[in-house]
Amino acid sequence: MRTLLESLKERFPLGPITEQRPDLAFVTVERETLRPLIVHLRDREGFTHLVLLTAVDWIEENLFQLTYLVHDRANARDIGLRVMLPRDEPEMESIHDLWPTAATYQRELKEMFGIPFPGSPRLDEEFILEGWVDIPPYRRDFDTLKFAEENFEHRAGRGTTDPATHMRERMATQGGSK
Amino acid sequence: MRDEDTLVRRVPVKDELKKRVVKGPDGLEFEVDPIQDYYCDARPEVRPGSYVRIVEDLFNWARSESLWILGFGTGCGAIEMRPLMTPRFDAYRYGIQWRPTPRQANLFVISGYLSVKTLKRAIRSYEQMQSPKYVVGLGSCTINGGMYWDSYNTIKKLDEYLPVDVYIAGCMPRPEALLAGFEELKRIIRAGKAEGANLYAQNFDWYKANQKRVIHDWDMPDYNW
Repeated sequence: MRTLLESLKERFPLGPITEQRPDLAFVTVERETLRPLIVHLRDREGFTHLVLLTAVDWIEENLFQLTYLVHDRANARDIGLRVMLPRDEPEMESIHDLWPTAATYQRELKEMFGIPFPGSPRLDEEFILEGWVDIPPYRRDFDTLKFAEENFEHRAGRGTTDPATHMRERMATQGGSK
Repeated sequence: MRDEDTLVRRVPVKDELKKRVVKGPDGLEFEVDPIQDYYCDARPEVRPGSYVRIVEDLFNWARSESLWILGFGTGCGAIEMRPLMTPRFDAYRYGIQWRPTPRQANLFVISGYLSVKTLKRAIRSYEQMQSPKYVVGLGSCTINGGMYWDSYNTIKKLDEYLPVDVYIAGCMPRPEALLAGFEELKRIIRAGKAEGANLYAQNFDWYKANQKRVIHDWDMPDYNW
């Protein structure tokens, strides 16, 4: 893994590198570097399997983080490529031509985070949600409790009890066994 | 943004529901409006009971012994109901069996949390079932949302949308609890109090208004059977 990262560093401008395990490393790259890097990993280094493509909403930094995790089956190692996108215009290049499965991930990210991937097939169709009318629900500024309270009827009488305080009060009033 | 009209209008009608010209096998072309032509738009009607009480009691006894469940699984309960079909718990000895289509079923078990997307299918399935029909809400999720109480995508109170005869509490209820719930439903039916289908017909507008409040892309007729 170390030699691979060294050789990648020579070819591409890489950001911070995290070596999680001997067989797993995360590399932060720029938006423009991702495609040449991922093509290189797939065609030259044997990372032929796109394991997942997912997003994290770093609302405090005003960033979306995309993680492309690719797997090298022959050497049993993974590399995660992180791309940080500004939340205001999070557009990202599509990689559905490299892995057809990426189109499904990209549809999900479009619906759940509102990250557009222009050119990806069936991107504007509904993926899981039907008739969604609010902001994408996986964005952290979407308040799910508030939405649920406004949108759905609730049955009265639902309460919550903290187990620790509940037991302490019960012991105080009823007495506990020694 | 939260105005009811805009919520409904912002979702476009699906392609398969738009008016279109179809060519028949004999070469004739004709226009099809799926929402008008593929569905019956008659409102549900209240089914009057028999004139004689004893006859209605006999019918109710017969109904209670033939509970045919629609094989429609939502949430975790779809898996948890399976032990009932096997020899260990064997619900069939109580006259309960599962059927693959709403036309052959009279008991709809909402078996867990119900997302808005599934609610739409559940309503359509319920309306296609024959009267008299019964609904059992299974698990905490159908009662008050259960662990999905703050979820953006699941309904919290099933009886706002479908008339429920029996709730079975638990997360998930054991098969024994289900059998007890079905026995309770039988008692309710024999007592002539399982009037869900009639309630649905009586309060049809109320149920439709509730359903449309959560289903923002309502693209089917109000009563489809």
